[in-house]
Amino acid sequence: MSSLPLPRLVTVVALTLTLAALGVASNVGADWLQFRGRDASGSIPEATLPTALEPKKSIAWEIGLPGRGLSSPVIVGDRVFVTCSSGPKETRLHVICVRAADGVKLWERQFFATGRTMTFTKTSVAANTPASDGTHIFALYSSNDLVALDLDGNVQWIRGLAVDYPNVGNSLGMSSSLVCAEGTVVAQVEGDSQSLALGIDAVTGLNRWKLDRPKRANWSSPIVYKEPASGRERVCLQSSKGLLAVDPVSGKEVWNYPEGASTIPSSTVGKGVIFVPSFGITALKPGAPGEAPQQLWRAGNLRPGTSSPAVIGDRVYSLNDGGVLSAGEVADGKRVWQLRLKGPFSASPVAAGRYLYVPNEKGLLQVVDTSRPEGEVISEMDLGETILSTPSIAGNAMYLRSDGKLWKIGG
Amino acid sequence: MMTPDRRFIPRPRIAFAALALFAGATAFGDFASSLQAIKSVGPEGRGNADAARAWAELSALPASELPRLVAAIDGAGDLARNYVFSAATAIAERELKAGHALPLAALGDYVFDTSHGARSRRLAYELIGRADAATAEAMVAGFMDDPAPELRRDAVQRLADKAVKIAAEGRTNAAGVLYQQALQFARDGDQIESLVRPLKDLGRPVDVVQLLGFLTHWKIIAPFDNSGRAGFEKVYPPENELRFDAEYEGKDGKVRWKDFEGTHEFGMIDFNKAAAPLKDVAGYASTEFFADAARPAEIRIGCKNGWKIWFNGTFLFGRDEYHRGAEMDQYKLPVTLQPGRNSILVKCTQDEEKEEWTVEWEFQLRVTDPTGRVIRSLPAPAKVASER
Repeated sequence: MSSLPLPRLVTVVALTLTLAALGVASNVGADWLQFRGRDASGSIPEATLPTALEPKKSIAWEIGLPGRGLSSPVIVGDRVFVTCSSGPKETRLHVICVRAADGVKLWERQFFATGRTMTFTKTSVAANTPASDGTHIFALYSSNDLVALDLDGNVQWIRGLAVDYPNVGNSLGMSSSLVCAEGTVVAQVEGDSQSLALGIDAVTGLNRWKLDRPKRANWSSPIVYKEPASGRERVCLQSSKGLLAVDPVSGKEVWNYPEGASTIPSSTVGKGVIFVPSFGITALKPGAPGEAPQQLWRAGNLRPGTSSPAVIGDRVYSLNDGGVLSAGEVADGKRVWQLRLKGPFSASPVAAGRYLYVPNEKGLLQVVDTSRPEGEVISEMDLGETILSTPSIAGNAMYLRSDGKLWKIGG
Repeated sequence: MMTPDRRFIPRPRIAFAALALFAGATAFGDFASSLQAIKSVGPEGRGNADAARAWAELSALPASELPRLVAAIDGAGDLARNYVFSAATAIAERELKAGHALPLAALGDYVFDTSHGARSRRLAYELIGRADAATAEAMVAGFMDDPAPELRRDAVQRLADKAVKIAAEGRTNAAGVLYQQALQFARDGDQIESLVRPLKDLGRPVDVVQLLGFLTHWKIIAPFDNSGRAGFEKVYPPENELRFDAEYEGKDGKVRWKDFEGTHEFGMIDFNKAAAPLKDVAGYASTEFFADAARPAEIRIGCKNGWKIWFNGTFLFGRDEYHRGAEMDQYKLPVTLQPGRNSILVKCTQDEEKEEWTVEWEFQLRVTDPTGRVIRSLPAPAKVASER
């Protein structure tokens, strides 16, 4: 038996690792790893979803869920992950994994809530959207329980953030979703009585950093953007005080936008710009490392309601509490058109290609063709259930959940 | 020489052990060591790496090990309990998917032994339900007076559901009997409320304060200043001394302790009634609770204002959250009652908001055992009463 000479062995190993890395990257690119997608734009330009919705033709499958939830599904490869809460006072927490192809449940894990589970009746304990780094699923709940599982449901670590920090929580419910960046799981657990942001090592579950945050209820979610000059990922923590960009590994401040922001809709990233729900929408363009971002514009008439904005190409789309969808130019914030949709809305719009999809609270899924001069609702489908959750898109399919069901549309 | 536990040799564990060895990790190799690793999980994520390896081992156990794993829930902390719980349910999921049986008889024995903890017995019951839903359903009626809150709740709910059905058939008197019976055994606030409402509609009002044991006789002193919400942290004299004949400088002049009896249907102690509707203020309420013996208990408080609580002079917990909502038993604070007199001091702070839904300045409080059963105060001894 002959052995490979060392230089060749090194080459083979390097090539293998590179291909593996490319494979993972390629796989991840098709995934929907967090709230509003892979880059917090709420948009996948290359995705194609049905634009003429009909229940019989458009719904690939639907399954029952074991509990309530507002969290969005997360999709990794051929697996869809959904969190739920059930039981008296919703003290039972679930992570379920189903096969994307046919909706067959592959596994389910359950946990006891260790923190308080009281919420406003409209929301639920499974309100925070989980996040994935492509190999793990991280699930956070309103009770401030945080669990890490591998994609086969094996427990990696368990944190009880209300065990560690007893006064985190909000009696109306928490909803800030997780993000993953550079091996760190970032959680904003911010409320009136105790307010923290945590960077947790994705592998060990140990704190990498912990920041005291403004003591005020905050339901918005962090976002991740890539710093062009360094290629490093940065995490933006939104609050009533503004937007704080931090290094995900150290938690150190990179820059701070201190002029205030909403505590409900979250910031959106697109075309290298961060669209912050602040004075309507404020567009920030991150600069070189160590530099404050450039404020491009402010548009009071693009003010979002509960829903977070979405970006398609050169336009940012914002849905207000009156159900009016506004299209604004990424370049200067100028409002191009407005279109009244059938509300009310808790979900955020997401986009496949040039089409925006948004379900209202009554379960009416609406499709907007954003390429029409004034925008146009081109299709609707009544799903017959209250929907407060933002849809997720992977491949050419959308995954959408209510308190009782998970649907796959298209694909 | 000790021999390895032969039951602890599932094949997947061998594969895991090989993998762990390759990765430089060590397998725990026996049930007790795995469990110890899980029970050693500490604050802020410490010990999770070992616990995760232990989870892999425990979740690979055969179904026959489920009763032992279920029992491990007892005595485990919050985080360890979740490791064990998820491992047990993972075993059940895998074994049932493979067409294997779960050890129903042993799990049943476990459920019926009420000396075990509430969570572990509930898990054993749920495992039975996964394997045989009909049997689990048939067991429910037997849990009406069970010490495990979730088992008990299910039984009460079945009775309440029957009452609703009978009421819908027009048999209101019979429905009332069932509601009354359900109410006798209910422990959870929301369930009790759901039973009290139809009884009231049927002309059978319930004394909720008496039923749930809300403490309604207090001494109150207010208002102190809470401008800028600074009064929450500020230490006013009642935090240093409980002298009910004392007079202090309040927000708008001198303040003194006053007797206050709450008359709210759900036992709310309303500072707005005791000290006029006010904003930017803080107040204190004090009461005494007499116990016959030392025993574990919970002080259960519901409050939508800022609040702090001291029990027998020791600070228990506080929270400066305003108008995000309140519910019965919102916060459960473990205490140990001492024989005789126990003192409870509550600080309740009101903020500056002006909206209609921010007017309330109140709390409700009761004392229960850890399962939610009301503990009632004994009458104040004459000698002690004279000291009040």
